Amino acid sequence: MNVAVDLATLWAFIIALAVFIYVVMDGFDLGLGILFPLFPGKQDRDVITNTVAPVWDGNETWLVLGGGGLMAAFPLAYSILLPALYAPLIAMLVGLIFRGVAFEFRWRTRATRNLWDIAFAGGSWVAALAQGIALGAILQGVHVEGRHYAGGWWDWLTPFSILTGISLVVGYALLGATWLILKTEGDLRDKAYRISWVLLVLMLLAIAAVSLATPLLTIQYAQRWFSWPAIVLTAPVPLAVIGVTVLLMKNLAQKHDGWPFFLALALFFLSYAGLGISMYPYIVPQSVTIWRAAAPERSQLIMLPGVLVLVPLILGYTGWAYWVFRGKVGHDAGYH
Amino acid sequence: MFGLDAVELARAQFAFTVTFHIIFPAFSIGLASYLAVLEALWLWTGRDVYLNVFNYWLKIFAIAFAMGVVSGIVMSYQFGTNWSVYSDKVGPVIGPLMAYEVLTAFFLEAGFLGVMLFGLKRVGPKLHFLATLMVAIGTLISAFWILSANSWMQTPAGYAVNAEGQFVSVDWLKVIFNPSFPYRLVHMVLAAYLTTSLVVGAVGAWHLLRNPHLPGPRVMFSMAMWMAALVAPLQILVGDQHGLNTLEHQPVKIMAMEGHFESHKDGAPLYLFGWPDQEKGELKWALGIPKFGSLILKHQIDAPMAGLDTVPRQDWPPVPITFWSFRIMVGLGLLMLGLGLFSLWERWRGRLYINRGLHRFAIAMGPAGFVAVIAGWVTTETGRQPFTVYGLLRTADSVSPLAAPAVGASLLAFIIVYFIIFAAGVLYILRLMAEPPHPGEPGPSSTEPVRSAGITPAAGVVQGAGS
Repeated sequence: MNVAVDLATLWAFIIALAVFIYVVMDGFDLGLGILFPLFPGKQDRDVITNTVAPVWDGNETWLVLGGGGLMAAFPLAYSILLPALYAPLIAMLVGLIFRGVAFEFRWRTRATRNLWDIAFAGGSWVAALAQGIALGAILQGVHVEGRHYAGGWWDWLTPFSILTGISLVVGYALLGATWLILKTEGDLRDKAYRISWVLLVLMLLAIAAVSLATPLLTIQYAQRWFSWPAIVLTAPVPLAVIGVTVLLMKNLAQKHDGWPFFLALALFFLSYAGLGISMYPYIVPQSVTIWRAAAPERSQLIMLPGVLVLVPLILGYTGWAYWVFRGKVGHDAGYH
Repeated sequence: MFGLDAVELARAQFAFTVTFHIIFPAFSIGLASYLAVLEALWLWTGRDVYLNVFNYWLKIFAIAFAMGVVSGIVMSYQFGTNWSVYSDKVGPVIGPLMAYEVLTAFFLEAGFLGVMLFGLKRVGPKLHFLATLMVAIGTLISAFWILSANSWMQTPAGYAVNAEGQFVSVDWLKVIFNPSFPYRLVHMVLAAYLTTSLVVGAVGAWHLLRNPHLPGPRVMFSMAMWMAALVAPLQILVGDQHGLNTLEHQPVKIMAMEGHFESHKDGAPLYLFGWPDQEKGELKWALGIPKFGSLILKHQIDAPMAGLDTVPRQDWPPVPITFWSFRIMVGLGLLMLGLGLFSLWERWRGRLYINRGLHRFAIAMGPAGFVAVIAGWVTTETGRQPFTVYGLLRTADSVSPLAAPAVGASLLAFIIVYFIIFAAGVLYILRLMAEPPHPGEPGPSSTEPVRSAGITPAAGVVQGAGS
């Protein structure tokens, strides 16, 4: 039993890590799509899509790992959460379809390129919004009876989930803007700096709003964050957010191209850690713990060597691919 | 919606999305291997024509691969959205197989795809070839895991059922290498190779019809026809073995495929055509060869064969679909064999590049692989009904607690989106195919200078040695 307990916690960390890596990697390229309407010029759009053309595919694979891993390690959570999030997930998939093929299609046509640009931007908006809404819907809890989702088809739609949806759009956009600072030069980069300032302010507002709204959802979240001695562990999170924000502002002001992106990622990491603190040890908040949802030991065990050996390997060759395409992308790079 | 209940809508959605999806893996498994072979030939011989043909198909690969990725993500979430009870019960067995597919295959493909598509100039020919090879190997590993998972649902092995009603593994090797897996894997990989060679052959033939001297189309057509001539007969043999395996483990599926409603004590006929009437339980207007069914399936002319009359009605698969999709697959397989033999004959007579009849035949057969792959999957998946896990978990007991309007609406959304995407993707691919490969054919990085000096293998090797 002890082994099982530890396995479930370990797997919760692995799934959380996969989702976080997804957020880190696909976040900025969804952010580029979100920012697309602000860059109407064809040349700028070519550069923007070229900064991620060689890597977007790998980025999206982490989402498949998150979904597939959840099914494998916590099948009960998978089978409760996915029906509960039906509409936002379908919307996310449709959004990802449009924005994924738009990467390829926009290079293959002159006549309808604008349409694919709209598909790229629209798909990114929808996918980001849907992911944020899904996150909020999970946090606010879903109605479970026995081993099934027992709520309605619109339960996910609340002011809170809309708030988290918008927050994620803002967050991804900030990642996208700071990515452009890192990867581009000239006017495009200068514009990205200006946009980053606005988005940083919006992001802070979003973090504050979600942080204040979450403890109001249930008394458990409030106790988790504000009761003694838990507060010793939780208090550093908001303090770190303030610290990172100051650093980010400093780097934006001094125009250090390399740092804003990574500091924006740090903000994401802190927000994400906050979510983890709120949820643990529930995988379906307030109804199913990670231990109850855990797949039988043998299923979790068989995947462990795969994860421990292969994930570092994957990070290695993914890192190599990023390294191959390192540096600023100009108007002439044209990966297409 | 559409007068269907939630279960039927969920099935329609799965059938629609997986049919759409399988087109792309079937093509990209074969194409990735073909690209690896082309690049190897280029590195080995230094002949530009191989690089031109490589770059030509690489652009098409990029589009097909993207469509495969996005339609694949839908599959990995659909298990949860529409089939949550199935996921809860079968997840502990199937989940790890799919997780390994992601870890060993998807990441490998996606991780090296960028270098394969855009990195030739950045990493040099040798590392680039490694990237191409990794993508090709990734597609094959992916086929390994997903076919193992599917085969387990057809011929479950190595499992037990726990207190919560979940399937759990007691022997992973038996789970992975379940009885139908080796046959299904070989059958599908060969199908992917055949499908790709028919597409490549058709494109080659199309351009040879206009100009039989073009070097690129000659290379494509010759390679594709070798492939068809070698793999089509092999595939028929493998298919026969797969059928015998199915007879052993899923005899009811064979009854449906063969249209055997009634049992035959001394030798079953091989029905070529007929009209299966599920309600009445008979094959109308049957046209068959006496005793031939037993000969093929039992390799013995008067071996007895049980029919669907020995099976309770509620365990019957939908016979007409299984019966007809099987015939479509076999018929196309025989035509592929015909094309392969025809091409061998013309090659021997030295007329491979000039026989217009052969070229027209090859063009007509261009899409045949896709149709055969879909028909084959329809046969095996429909033939597994009314179960998701054969004999153990009924399809009707696998679905999410669904409201029909929710499933209907998402089905409608997928149909609309997929038709837009499919139409556009096919259009762009056909547009690329309409031009023959040119000397100095650019890769997907079309804004790069065409055929810069540093890109020949020799220079690349020197460069590689120097760095």
